[in-house]
Amino acid sequence: MKKTNNMVVPWLLLLPATVLLAAFTHIPAVMTFINSFYRTPRGNRPARFVGMDHYSSMLSDPVFMAALKNNAIYALGTVPAAIALSMLMAIIVNSAIRGRALMRMSFFLPTVLPMIAVANIWLFFYTPGYGLIDQFLGLFGFHERNWLGDPDTVLGSLMMLAIWKEAGFFMIFYLAALQQISPTLSEAAALEGTSRWYFFRRVTFPLLMPTTLFVMINAIINSFRLIDHVIVMTRGGPDNASTLLLYYVYNVAFRFWDTAYASALTVVLLAVLALLAFVQFGVLDRKVHYK
Amino acid sequence: MSAMTLSHHAREASFWRVLETGACYLLGFLWILPLFYAVWMAVHPPAYEVRFELLAPLTLQNFVDAWNAAPFARYFLNTFALITTILVCQFVICTLAAYAFARYEFPGKTVVFMLVLIQLMIMPEVLMVENYRTISRLGLVDTVLAMGLPYMASAFGIFLLRQTFLTVPKELDDAARVEGAGPLAVLLKVYVPLARPVYVAYGLVSVSYHWNNLLWPLVITNSVTTRPLTVGLQVFASPDQGVQWSVISAATLMTSAPLLIGFLLFQRQFVQSFMRAGIK
Repeated sequence: MKKTNNMVVPWLLLLPATVLLAAFTHIPAVMTFINSFYRTPRGNRPARFVGMDHYSSMLSDPVFMAALKNNAIYALGTVPAAIALSMLMAIIVNSAIRGRALMRMSFFLPTVLPMIAVANIWLFFYTPGYGLIDQFLGLFGFHERNWLGDPDTVLGSLMMLAIWKEAGFFMIFYLAALQQISPTLSEAAALEGTSRWYFFRRVTFPLLMPTTLFVMINAIINSFRLIDHVIVMTRGGPDNASTLLLYYVYNVAFRFWDTAYASALTVVLLAVLALLAFVQFGVLDRKVHYK
Repeated sequence: MSAMTLSHHAREASFWRVLETGACYLLGFLWILPLFYAVWMAVHPPAYEVRFELLAPLTLQNFVDAWNAAPFARYFLNTFALITTILVCQFVICTLAAYAFARYEFPGKTVVFMLVLIQLMIMPEVLMVENYRTISRLGLVDTVLAMGLPYMASAFGIFLLRQTFLTVPKELDDAARVEGAGPLAVLLKVYVPLARPVYVAYGLVSVSYHWNNLLWPLVITNSVTTRPLTVGLQVFASPDQGVQWSVISAATLMTSAPLLIGFLLFQRQFVQSFMRAGIK
């Protein structure tokens, strides 16, 4: 009696969570994979098995290729910049500088606001001629630019916004890590007359390494997950120069209603995330004690 | 070493120190600038969008215009209903699951836990194609429940609470059981009160996440009566609508105001919550 009770209770406790997780994460993931081998049913034309057709057409789909390339550039550009800035911010806020609390607020505020709200504000910054950026650059004799309308600058413009929005969030993790570092280390270094840059390079930076890995993985995930600013500011344009992978999935699924092709695109996205999961569980496992 | 070179060194060092401090303040100023600017636009007439005069007339007209231009009262109500539903369900569902993982041994525990953690990587919006299909099969398209359902069993919440429950001394658990308390009573009387700061932390993180969430609500809603603020703002401020920037700024600040005010009032708790949630 006691024995069966012990087996039933944990499963009852887990029931709501597992049902919901299965319904909205595991089953959809498997169904996405299966549906990517079928044709989208339309009207009286049923779904039909088409094997790898979607995947081979993906290879010759210029929009998909652009999205993949853009997303890679976007991740490679935003992640290191956000990491470096957030580390710097944490060191500033953790130092003895006056007005620390105000600085911390200034860095962290963009994180609290909705992406759509800040995207609206930045949309105005980038307005050709009239916007703040062109007005400022105009003081130095630069010509006006259509930042979001030019394929050469549009992705960079979105990346600036993403870095501004995210750095303050990652600062918090570095701040937490910095506060774990024993102050005796810096006191000893100061007695030895060690330069601060040397101390950062040889002590602080290595001690922050686990945090950096954690932040890096999360930043990369975000670069594939967060597309609110693309929806608001550019809708992937001009000429798909700012289309990111998830935005393309959204477009194919909910504007062209080609759900099967959208599924195949999602599988690519899932593969990227799975790779990241592998890195996280493989490399970070020792630090973050999952037990 | 003569006194002169010493003071020269000291002066050089303090010069760099001042320069460095200046650079720090510049960074802080640059970071807050976009928000200052949004406030500037929102409280001045449109003529002062890019004219910076100290004595420019102040006005609240932009807020009035924004409020009247779209059903923001309804959007506020929808967002409020959404985050309340999500938060209550997340607390209940994650607490139960975390308790099972922290205090029970059962076959398949590790596998199930790993399966739960998958959601940290694959958020529901990534699977929006299939999730939309599921929601429409359930007949829930364009409801508050549909916006919240995929997020209610949160891997992050389960993980966070499990880590906390693991630190509760087993003796407290045993003592309560000896007195005849059942599993739920023990959970409510021993574990939940001890984890209160973690609930606050998780609550703040969850509320700000869902207040700001756009993509999934955008996909699953299509009417004024369910749209949350983010989707409402997106519909309102689409570039082709021809709305004035100062009004858009006002709407933007208005929709973020509760979070912004909450953040300014509880800044310390906010930052500590995010820190606590991050360290695990």
